[in-house]
Amino acid sequence: MAQFTLPKNSKVAKGKSVDVTTAQTQRARTFKVYRWNPDEDDNPRLDEYTLDLDQFGPMILDAMIYIKNEVDSTLTFRRSCREGICGSCAMNIDGTNTLACTKAIDDVKGDVKITPLPHMPVVKDLVPDQKHAIAQYNAIEPWLKTDSPPPSRERLQSPEDSDMLNGKDGHGPAGCILCFCCSTSCPSYWWNGDRFMGPATLMQAHRWIADSRDEATGERLDQLEDPFRLYRCHTIMNCTNTCPKGLNPAKSIAEIKKMMVTRKA
Amino acid sequence: MAKDRIETPLARARGHGSARDGVHHWFMQRVTAISNLFLMIWLVWSVVTMASWSHADFTTWLAMPVNAVLMILAVISVFYHAALGSQVIVEDYFHHEGLKIVKLIGMKLFFAGAAVACIFAVLKVALGG
Repeated sequence: MAQFTLPKNSKVAKGKSVDVTTAQTQRARTFKVYRWNPDEDDNPRLDEYTLDLDQFGPMILDAMIYIKNEVDSTLTFRRSCREGICGSCAMNIDGTNTLACTKAIDDVKGDVKITPLPHMPVVKDLVPDQKHAIAQYNAIEPWLKTDSPPPSRERLQSPEDSDMLNGKDGHGPAGCILCFCCSTSCPSYWWNGDRFMGPATLMQAHRWIADSRDEATGERLDQLEDPFRLYRCHTIMNCTNTCPKGLNPAKSIAEIKKMMVTRKA
Repeated sequence: MAKDRIETPLARARGHGSARDGVHHWFMQRVTAISNLFLMIWLVWSVVTMASWSHADFTTWLAMPVNAVLMILAVISVFYHAALGSQVIVEDYFHHEGLKIVKLIGMKLFFAGAAVACIFAVLKVALGG
């Protein structure tokens, strides 16, 4: 059966509390951060850091970098571009998967709880092991596939066809940064992530299926026609709700399901 | 798939490949959902009007060709939809392969048996007089 409770060694304990505010602090906020170290035998814990918000920038990532630089250098997390384009700092903030760099501290009421992306093995602290999700992305062969001889110039695409990928408003499937916020918010991916491709990978599959320059549409649909790979999606819609880029993975999956039916009918 | 097999992430992601199946299941779930909608409106409306009927009134009603046909269609539609939906639940939550297959087979046999029993009952009333 599906497991609905955390195993004994994953139960989260209360961790240490660090308060670095001073008498001069005007705006204080407590950050509760998930900590787990594979080199120690302990259960994961929630450490509390009470910080002066005037010491760093307005985003959650600013606070985390402040903790790492000034308070506790052992805190481990991924980050790179700090502007919502690399997808590295995806984590669960205040109960929602999002990017720490584009989530404002002011958008969270009360203490800020930060945990890793749900239902992925944890490497350390806020770093999840994304090996399987990335391998699933590789499995859909995310590159342009053609059999026709390469043209002597660039491959042509009309603005309308380009909109199928980029979306008229820029929120098409090609806007995905592969942060896996959506896949790790999906209960179907939690229960059956070993076989279900998950919304992130399915939206990328749609990105190539919808590409007018690609010649492997049928092959791509064949690869997805499976009760688990595609049809574990039960339109729960957590993916679309949580996407920090405002994309719509659920719609991409619906488009693939539609094509599955129309190619038979 | 054995969980502890040493395999590359890509081998694990590809698994046993695509089953090339699932469209029919998905499509029929929608078809039976639509037929259920109409047949259930008819059934509920019919049952509401039966409040003061005697047993003889009901059997006369069920023996009418339109009612018997609609009732058989309702039985087929509901049990087919139930079998498809239960299959999804079992596939979602049962991760022991052996137990899952046993559940799927048992469930399909149960719904087929229940549907045939219901259809037989309707026919008996409709044709048996």
